[in-house]
Amino acid sequence: MAADQGAGPGRRRAGPSRRLLVGGGVAAGGAFTAIGADQMLGPGEDAPVVAPVVAPLHGGRTEPFHGARQAGIATTPQAHATFLALDLHDGVDRDAIRRMLRILTDDADRLTRGEPALADSEPELGLVPARLTVTFGFGPGLVARAAGDAAVPPWLRALPAFAVDRLEPAWTGGDLLLHIGADDPVTVAHTTRMLLKDCRGFAALRWRQSGFRRSHGSEPTGTTMRNLFGQIDGSANPTPGTAEFDRLVWCGDDDGWLAGGSTLVVRRIAMDLDKWDRLDRSGREQAVGRSLSNGAPLTGSREHDEPDFTATTAIGFPVIPEFSHVRRARSDNPAERIFRRAYNYDDGPTGGQVSNSGLLFASYQADVTGQFVPIQRRLAELDLLNEWITPVGSAVFALPPGCARGGFVGETLLA
Amino acid sequence: MVGLTARLGVFAGAALLFLAGCGSDGEPPAAGPTARPAGATMAIEDAWVKAAPDGMSAAFGELRNNGSQDVTVVSATSPSSPEMELHETVENPTGEMIMQPRRGGFVVPAGGTLTLEPGGNHLMLMDLTDPISAGDEVAFTITFSDRSTFAFTAPAKDYSGANETYEDGDMPMGGMGGGSGGATPEPTGAPAENTR
Repeated sequence: MAADQGAGPGRRRAGPSRRLLVGGGVAAGGAFTAIGADQMLGPGEDAPVVAPVVAPLHGGRTEPFHGARQAGIATTPQAHATFLALDLHDGVDRDAIRRMLRILTDDADRLTRGEPALADSEPELGLVPARLTVTFGFGPGLVARAAGDAAVPPWLRALPAFAVDRLEPAWTGGDLLLHIGADDPVTVAHTTRMLLKDCRGFAALRWRQSGFRRSHGSEPTGTTMRNLFGQIDGSANPTPGTAEFDRLVWCGDDDGWLAGGSTLVVRRIAMDLDKWDRLDRSGREQAVGRSLSNGAPLTGSREHDEPDFTATTAIGFPVIPEFSHVRRARSDNPAERIFRRAYNYDDGPTGGQVSNSGLLFASYQADVTGQFVPIQRRLAELDLLNEWITPVGSAVFALPPGCARGGFVGETLLA
Repeated sequence: MVGLTARLGVFAGAALLFLAGCGSDGEPPAAGPTARPAGATMAIEDAWVKAAPDGMSAAFGELRNNGSQDVTVVSATSPSSPEMELHETVENPTGEMIMQPRRGGFVVPAGGTLTLEPGGNHLMLMDLTDPISAGDEVAFTITFSDRSTFAFTAPAKDYSGANETYEDGDMPMGGMGGGSGGATPEPTGAPAENTR
């Protein structure tokens, strides 16, 4: 997935550091074992002589920025993500939006290659891409400014109100979305600041949400994430690169300027961990319909076993309860599926709580109305998990296709 | 992004046939390195210019001399400013870093580079004809001591540094056209513009 660091075009200023990273990565084999043995035996005379080894570095790994599709969607999720929503200043017109997107595209192109952005005040922070991706999304306000109200797709607006929602304006809406992902939080912070600085003349920050998964290297790549309820989260996801994924996630030729793009729903889901603590383990598994240990449906033994909703207990109740999350999220219509790429958040609690935690629920689909809305409607009607979770933010964005070198993200709308 | 087209000055027009390598339009190879005007050996990377609503601004980038002889930049022009200067940053007798016009121009060594950067050498736009907004592409032409020239464009970026270009610290707030980092007053001790 990740391209090798050394593949990018070299720049003089960045050269030495980049080579250093690659060199470190090469000296990888057996490093952990050797370090472990050395530490156990201690530094005494009996310790075996171990050649100095360097743990494999991954900071130099890159994800290609240019391409028919934007990076950061089908990309293997990085450990850290920040979502930024901005509102355009008054008077920012089509021409200004184009200038803004050209600048941001250039920043993203350079930083994802592990090179400083132009006019980067902290260029050394730009040398560790760590699979950095920058993904652009457009809210209805940007599309209307760029191409008129008639160009705004009918689904590109606030989702229908759901009974469970307790939406706060501070986490809702936005004209422009920038989603920054990387395996290194310093890279995310630097990229965030660089992009926001280059937005100053055009837009103001509306909200910012940061989240995390397990660090790179903590678990095998491809391990389904756990949320802060301890649940394996996202087992039913379509697999990037498959025809099914392509059909479910990417917009088609009849979507005009969005062809090759996608759509994103970002929902901030507050998770009441203090209330969750009062629920025993079997109750937690019943609420979701999956085992906590490995995410297997309660009718199966492995994470990716198909749930059997017809299986019943000895006394005749469904093994996977009707009110469980997995049952309610599942549609008989195979088109009603989404690709979720969520991140945990764990912010500072207020008011005597122990935690202020939850999920940045990022859902990608070709069709918000046909895929996301029916699922969310069913979950809002009935899902035992609603006892512990509350949507507090919601925003919908159109994700334009990617661009080739020399182009810019959004050119299909603005060219 | 950055235009790399080398253009010949009037004086060097006769050398057109020796200009190979600066374009992709099938010109014949150079006859020899000594015959190449300075403008034909030049390239620039990472050029950018500081966005500004009015007054002064500055352009930066990395000039590369692909030729085998040192060349000297003696002047710069841009449609965005009727007057431009080549500036350097030097320490004055009191230890203060100040900007001043570079006497004798900038030398770009053979096979080497000259870095134009905030706090260092830069191309100074003395009086903007129109606001330079972030994302604008600004055209520049630099002239060498052999009177050959090199043209390029640089994107404008909002940038809070390089405040020596704003001695009075009297910048308009944010805003689309101006948005060059807001009204940051020049910090005490920042390099001051030496007005000859």
